[in-house]
Amino acid sequence: MEILVCLKRVPDTSENEIELNDAGNDIDRDDLVYSINEWDNYAVEEALQIVAKFGGNVTVVTVGTEDDEEILRREMAMGANHGVMISDDAFSGSDGKGIATILKAFVAKARYDLILTGVQAEDGGAQIGGMLAALLDYPFASLVNSIEVLDGKKLKISREIEGGNREMNEIDLPCVLSIQTGINEPRYVGMRGIRQVASVPIPTFGAAELGVDPGAVGEVATKVKRVDYFVPDLGKGAEMLGGSREENIEKVLELVAAKGGLK
Amino acid sequence: MGTIPGAEQIAYWLIPGRPLFLIIHVFGIASFAYIVARRLVPIIRAERDDRFGHPWARLRMVFKFWLGQWKHPRYRTAGTIHILVFASFILLVARAFIVLFGGAPGNLVIPGLPESTGHAYDIVTDYAATVVFLCMIVAVIRRAIFRPARYAVPAKLGKGHPADAIFLLALIAILMVADSSFAAAKAGGESRLGQPAEALAVMSLPWMFKLVFASASLPSIRTLFVSSYLVHEVTFYFLLCYRPFGIQFHVETSLFNVYFAKLDRDALKPVRWGVPEERLEQVKSFGVKKFEDFTWKHILDFYSCADCGRCSDNCPANAVGRPLSPRFLTTKARDYAFQHYPMFGGSTNSKPLVGSVYSEDEIWSCTTCGACEEECPLLIEYIDKVVDLRRGLVDEGRVPQSLQKPLKALESRGNPYGKVEKKRADWANSKEFQQICHVKALDKTTGATTLFFVDSITSYDDRMQSIARATAKILDHVGEDFGILGAQEKDSGHEVRRFGEELLFMALRDHNADAIRACGVERVVTADPHAYNALKRDYKDVPPVEHISQWIARNVRSGRIKFHAVENRNAVYTYHDPCYLGRHNQIYDDPRNVLDAIPGLKRVEMSRSRDRSFCCGGGGLMLFYEPKEEQRLGVKRVQMADEAGATVIVTACPFCMVNIEDAIKVAGLEGKMTAIDLTELVDQHIVREEPVVQAREVNEFQQEFARR
Repeated sequence: MEILVCLKRVPDTSENEIELNDAGNDIDRDDLVYSINEWDNYAVEEALQIVAKFGGNVTVVTVGTEDDEEILRREMAMGANHGVMISDDAFSGSDGKGIATILKAFVAKARYDLILTGVQAEDGGAQIGGMLAALLDYPFASLVNSIEVLDGKKLKISREIEGGNREMNEIDLPCVLSIQTGINEPRYVGMRGIRQVASVPIPTFGAAELGVDPGAVGEVATKVKRVDYFVPDLGKGAEMLGGSREENIEKVLELVAAKGGLK
Repeated sequence: MGTIPGAEQIAYWLIPGRPLFLIIHVFGIASFAYIVARRLVPIIRAERDDRFGHPWARLRMVFKFWLGQWKHPRYRTAGTIHILVFASFILLVARAFIVLFGGAPGNLVIPGLPESTGHAYDIVTDYAATVVFLCMIVAVIRRAIFRPARYAVPAKLGKGHPADAIFLLALIAILMVADSSFAAAKAGGESRLGQPAEALAVMSLPWMFKLVFASASLPSIRTLFVSSYLVHEVTFYFLLCYRPFGIQFHVETSLFNVYFAKLDRDALKPVRWGVPEERLEQVKSFGVKKFEDFTWKHILDFYSCADCGRCSDNCPANAVGRPLSPRFLTTKARDYAFQHYPMFGGSTNSKPLVGSVYSEDEIWSCTTCGACEEECPLLIEYIDKVVDLRRGLVDEGRVPQSLQKPLKALESRGNPYGKVEKKRADWANSKEFQQICHVKALDKTTGATTLFFVDSITSYDDRMQSIARATAKILDHVGEDFGILGAQEKDSGHEVRRFGEELLFMALRDHNADAIRACGVERVVTADPHAYNALKRDYKDVPPVEHISQWIARNVRSGRIKFHAVENRNAVYTYHDPCYLGRHNQIYDDPRNVLDAIPGLKRVEMSRSRDRSFCCGGGGLMLFYEPKEEQRLGVKRVQMADEAGATVIVTACPFCMVNIEDAIKVAGLEGKMTAIDLTELVDQHIVREEPVVQAREVNEFQQEFARR
């Protein structure tokens, strides 16, 4: 099975102190460390497990700049067979639809049985999977937390729905799935693995190679524009318990029981 | 007639004696040689291990640990029995050879020495055989009736094998009986024939047999003589060939195991012997994945284990029910070797060890505290094997999820918490603290004599920052010209290496080593034993490093640090040895001397202290790992302190502090027990202002103390 996984490089929320910049229209990016979007990492692991069982290749792709190459290499160190960089000045500032349009153009050049994205990006809007499927006219399922390959043409998948319940579906290939965290336990990528793929060439495609109309993507084509960022004021919902430990324990039990948490 | 014939001259069951015994000799030795050759196959296929240098140092180890049985007295009863048996065996080996190959010689005569020396030697060996026999009886009784807990095998790992142990002990006892009855029959026969008989040692086994044989007829004595010889022969060769199939193989392998034991016990094994660091990236596979990835010495370790259980008896992970027991780490590998390298036929294909022989949890459960290695009488190594198995797991991406985030953060931020670099020195930068004690950040332009290497936990953890500040204040008090690396410092990587991520460790080490060299300091001091151990053993070409407890002890001795009387006179203090200060670096006395220099401080020892200290739960990445266990290590440890009657646990390691403070809460000892770092205690008691008044107070206290 040929699997494509779409990746995004994001500021690592566990390793950064996210603050607004002085203008207040973006986060302060001077001192950030970036990593692979967590959902995408689960998607790559899932793709690798499918390929390990049924054969095929895993290709990872990202739309970005040369800074974003590090995440392609990290996922290649994990085991992805190919990495593809999609980069063009015309692409910068694209909104969700723009990115989906670019990816669609890439998918049209190659054949993939299965396309995986993360459910969402840590700094994103959970748009790409659905839009890409629509543009390709492929079936789509979101919040996927298990995949079973039925035969060469169908998958049995479960989707996470409210309350931790699962909805089981069959879906025809080729299709697009957005992968939920917890679907698997992604393997560790060590320094050694990253260095081993450090010199593997990664092809780069631009607008011309993909046949993308520069007017249909990038900042010029955005219909969704970010106008502001703000940190919400601290609300007054919290109640601080100030008693002794025993009193506090009593009080917490009482509160939890009152909300129906204890039966 | 005239003389009693040698055994080989007597027809036995119509077979001429000499050919019969020759056949037994040849068959026995050939079988043994074949078995040993088969056992050598995996050793030859194993990885390289550089153990051939420093023969004199190795011989010293042999004298101390093999001939001197250095570790044995740590277990009083079993150790005494073993020392007696071992010493007797050494004496008997010489005579056994004479009995075996000489048939029945005259009295032993040692060339160049008077004949009486030979007599004396015979008497000594008579007693030796008796001692071994009695020890076997005691050992059988221990195994059969008292059954020390450490020999038990947990149900999930199969059944215990007391019957096998007793069988082997019985064989040795039979050997001793045969040996003694041979000597008795010979002496009895000689005296019956009116010849000068060898004098047997009074009250020895041969002596008693001789009394029993006194009424026997000459032909019966002859039969006894020959049959004891035959029994001796058969038993000896049976034992020789049976031992390589079980725990008694150590009789043969121990000498080699001790000779080739690691000389620098506390340095970690390189990823591959003979591969320099710069070529490490070309190595196809890291660590131990299949059995043959172990080094030959590690396989020799497996063969040598006597299954005595001392390692697991001391293993803290085993004590709290983690799925790790060092003893089984060894015996499972030995079983694997015996199964996959059979006596007949070729070896079978090697499966990955972790997942079949070992579980992942088992390998991650080790805190590398070193209690097992400290105990092993045969100097079997465990930490290197665990680290090598972890290197294999890391290489395959099989790292627990709980460890992946901190490892990633170490890679991108240089600390396991993912905190930003520029906040690393925040502990020193508050206005109030800067007024008491100015800590400068060193670089190419700002130098100092001494570098205080803080490391991650002490830099970032709110509670542990107090240790950093106490350390800085102590250094400042003595007028030390010191500074820190600040944002330039990264994690020492001590646990990164011990968790198997060698290349990440190397990156951290290279960064720190460059930064340390760039600021041109003469020495390094740290309050973190893990950083201390890393800088001392894992780093190269950095200035000499001291742990703060050594530094304080030195300054107490020289009188530059003086203490006023203990503030809490009702408290009873106990010192908890951090593994990487104590067992791994043998710093036991400096911290204790510092405590004892505080006037009026009451200190007690826990039953497990010094080189038998019980690990608090492990440091560095171990804080992130979620082991399967019945109880926390730290809880067990604070209970030990409670049993010793202590109310304050003093330690000298930030990780011990995390674990012990948590454990005090979990054990419900809050309000009854507290924990304090040595630097914090010293900082509280150091004599700073108005030294005259303070000194007078100390004097008064001491006088009062003397009166009581």
